[in-house]
Amino acid sequence: MKRRDFLKNTAVFVAGASVSVSALDFITPKELFAANPQLKWGFLVDTHKCVGCGFCVKACKTENDIPFEANVTRTWVERYVIKKDGDVVMDSPKGARDGFTTKLLDQNHSGMTLVPENEIAQAFFVPKLCNHCTTPACVQVCPVGATYQTADGVVLVDRSWCIGCGYCIMGCPYGVRFFHPVEHVADKCTFCYHRISKGGDTACAQACPFDARQIGNLKDPNDPVAQAVLNQRVGVLRDEYGTKPNVYYIGLNKEVR
Amino acid sequence: MKNHVWRPLFVVIAIVIGILLFRAFYVPADFGSHDQGYTFGYHRLGNEQEWKDYPEKYKGNDYCNECHDDMIEELESAGHSTIPCENCHGAAFDHPDDPEKLSIDRSRELCIRCHAKLTMPSSGRNDIPGIDPAQHNKGEECSECHNPHNPSLEDM
Amino acid sequence: MVEQVAQMVVHGEAWTIKDLFVLPNEYVYWSIQIVMYPYMTGLVAGAFVLSSLYHVFNVERLKEIARYALVFSFALLPVAMMPLMLHLMQPLRGIHVLMTPHFTSAISAFGIVFMTYACIVAAEIWFVYRKFIVESVHRLNNKQDRSGLESLLLPIYKVISLGAMDISKEALDSDHKAVKFLAALGIPVACFLHGYAGFIFGSVKANALWMTPLMPVIFICSAVVSGIALCIVSYYIFMEIRKWAAKRGKNWLLPDALAQGGTAIPVEQLRSIQEHEVKMTSKYLLIFMTAAITLEILDMIFRGYTAVKSWDALRMVIYEHDFMKIFVYQYGLGNFLPFLLLLVPGLSTRRAVIASILVLFGVFMMRWNVVIGGQAFSLTFAGFMEYHLPIIPHDIETFKEGLGGMLSVIFAPFIIFYFLNMIFPAFMSDDEAH
Repeated sequence: MKRRDFLKNTAVFVAGASVSVSALDFITPKELFAANPQLKWGFLVDTHKCVGCGFCVKACKTENDIPFEANVTRTWVERYVIKKDGDVVMDSPKGARDGFTTKLLDQNHSGMTLVPENEIAQAFFVPKLCNHCTTPACVQVCPVGATYQTADGVVLVDRSWCIGCGYCIMGCPYGVRFFHPVEHVADKCTFCYHRISKGGDTACAQACPFDARQIGNLKDPNDPVAQAVLNQRVGVLRDEYGTKPNVYYIGLNKEVR
Repeated sequence: MKNHVWRPLFVVIAIVIGILLFRAFYVPADFGSHDQGYTFGYHRLGNEQEWKDYPEKYKGNDYCNECHDDMIEELESAGHSTIPCENCHGAAFDHPDDPEKLSIDRSRELCIRCHAKLTMPSSGRNDIPGIDPAQHNKGEECSECHNPHNPSLEDM
Repeated sequence: MVEQVAQMVVHGEAWTIKDLFVLPNEYVYWSIQIVMYPYMTGLVAGAFVLSSLYHVFNVERLKEIARYALVFSFALLPVAMMPLMLHLMQPLRGIHVLMTPHFTSAISAFGIVFMTYACIVAAEIWFVYRKFIVESVHRLNNKQDRSGLESLLLPIYKVISLGAMDISKEALDSDHKAVKFLAALGIPVACFLHGYAGFIFGSVKANALWMTPLMPVIFICSAVVSGIALCIVSYYIFMEIRKWAAKRGKNWLLPDALAQGGTAIPVEQLRSIQEHEVKMTSKYLLIFMTAAITLEILDMIFRGYTAVKSWDALRMVIYEHDFMKIFVYQYGLGNFLPFLLLLVPGLSTRRAVIASILVLFGVFMMRWNVVIGGQAFSLTFAGFMEYHLPIIPHDIETFKEGLGGMLSVIFAPFIIFYFLNMIFPAFMSDDEAH
């Protein structure tokens, strides 16, 4: 055995042993990055480019077998209409799986509402999806280890292990989780793990005609997403929860919830 | 203390041992804290591969290009060239094996996803030619007048 | 098409009404069973604390109710788990909580804490009833013509005696010490069991109403309150039944051997025991109620005063949407009215029981307002959700998470208690054991 191999094996053994000993330790994100320094998936949304066609929602539902008729979705698009008096009206009818085709805003139990054209100061669309947080609240609260983070930063749910308690749904500050209507376990966006790990694009990003959605490797300085995050003014959603989201938004407004 | 006092404790110990034995047999071997540590990475490792093996439905324009390269080339300069084929033609799955033929969505509802006129001053939507679906040739399919691949009437 | 839709019911859609801007995946996911869960664990913990008041602190006045509270607490134990099983989407996988516990989650400890607690209560009952168990083994062994029930009880007693047949004075003394030790150990464990049920909610940072470090303490106090109240009410009811039977020369809720063994208690004595125990216990109820109400109001004042980002939405829920449920049902009917009833001098048994029923209702409303109220507003703070308890079930889900499931959970402890009482007679008169 070469000396280098010996050292390597020893290091692996010691690391493995210490991991099992320190199983109850709270490991800091910095230590996590050290585990896989080459790859960390991130997502970029350009809200200026989104036109609210909802092709992303439709593609996601088809690609990931989320029943089209079911009123739950892994990704959705929100419409924000900001009035000249500062009021904000928002909607996302059926998660925008059919796009936005009317000027009426769906206020659920309060019915449809119309904001007259001359009162509108700004209006735009914001696509939402799982933020694949660096310190995901949903993973922290899973009582059985059914949801977890992969080494490349994607948060997944083990469908054969989830007990369906709903704690992760409650724990997510972004409302991206739901019970799968057929599988009866917690479900959420996987960043199309089956596609990106083969070098492909997510179904939503591929379906977007306007490049409003992009997935990339935040660890690769030449990656367009990493470059945008570095060189442009981007924001994340609800950073006050300390979840450190990995979905970045260009043109995020303070009204976006 | 009398010996009998400890008997409930023995029962408890037996129960705990029973659970631990069952656990050793029940929990998959690859369950544990992996790269991400106990807080975020406690899971069954095999599940990562299961997600990686999830079947793809959308194949992308490059896949279409393998057979329909003539169409793709022709459409490169057309008005709707930015729209991926599968948005209207449906997800490819294993086409042409399964399904043999894709069903094309030519519905009005599909077109107005982008072309219903909305007032969105700070959004790209405002730059897209829009109509009022309630007024514009109501009840007719858009494709009766517009070529879905290149919808501008001047180009026709 | 209808069939297709029925197959893919979106969990929560059947009972959630959304208003204004609510995210597409938001529903009231934690419904009635999660209201019942802390309510039932609270009752378990409270009943146990009541029994420990006698065993640990030697509060002689609670002697009679203490034994009853202990057995009833054991009957409540399996029921505390029931709402969780009814709530899980994959109930068969509930065992995973014990198999691969993820201790960063508040729920993961459930299996372990719950089992520890169950072991402590079971062991305590074993020590309290050991003399009775051994005597029963001998008595039933010697009996020639055993009835069906008795031939069933004999092997049960033989097994649970664990072979410890020594009932000499020294042996019973060490039993007594063990009871005291277990009762003392049980108090912190009972508080932990319930305090951590509060932690389950208090630690959800995504939920503006739940996230407060006060949550576990509020839960413990209201748990003790509701547990004591339930003991008062159920003790009163069972004693009423016994009085009714005693008038007709019967001795219900005691095993035949004891009932016919010449220890039959006359109606008058039953009444005086009942009155004494109910009144004494309600004094302790008052003490714990004061603590519970103080904490809850402190929490509310603090939220209004600090008025962080979520306050606008919370205020809408507290003062408008849920005004009746919070201020009329919970605080009015459930807290202040019983408080007054208990404080006004010349307390009668009946008034103490009415106050206890109101307290039980008040604590139930408090659980409801926390669990359902916490989901009454959207994560966006721009929309609201209303929960409608499914009354008439049209599928298994609306039964489990509706009135049917709720009633099953409420009645289960009494059914369990009925059978448990055959093995461990909760109303056994005092000179039979400690």
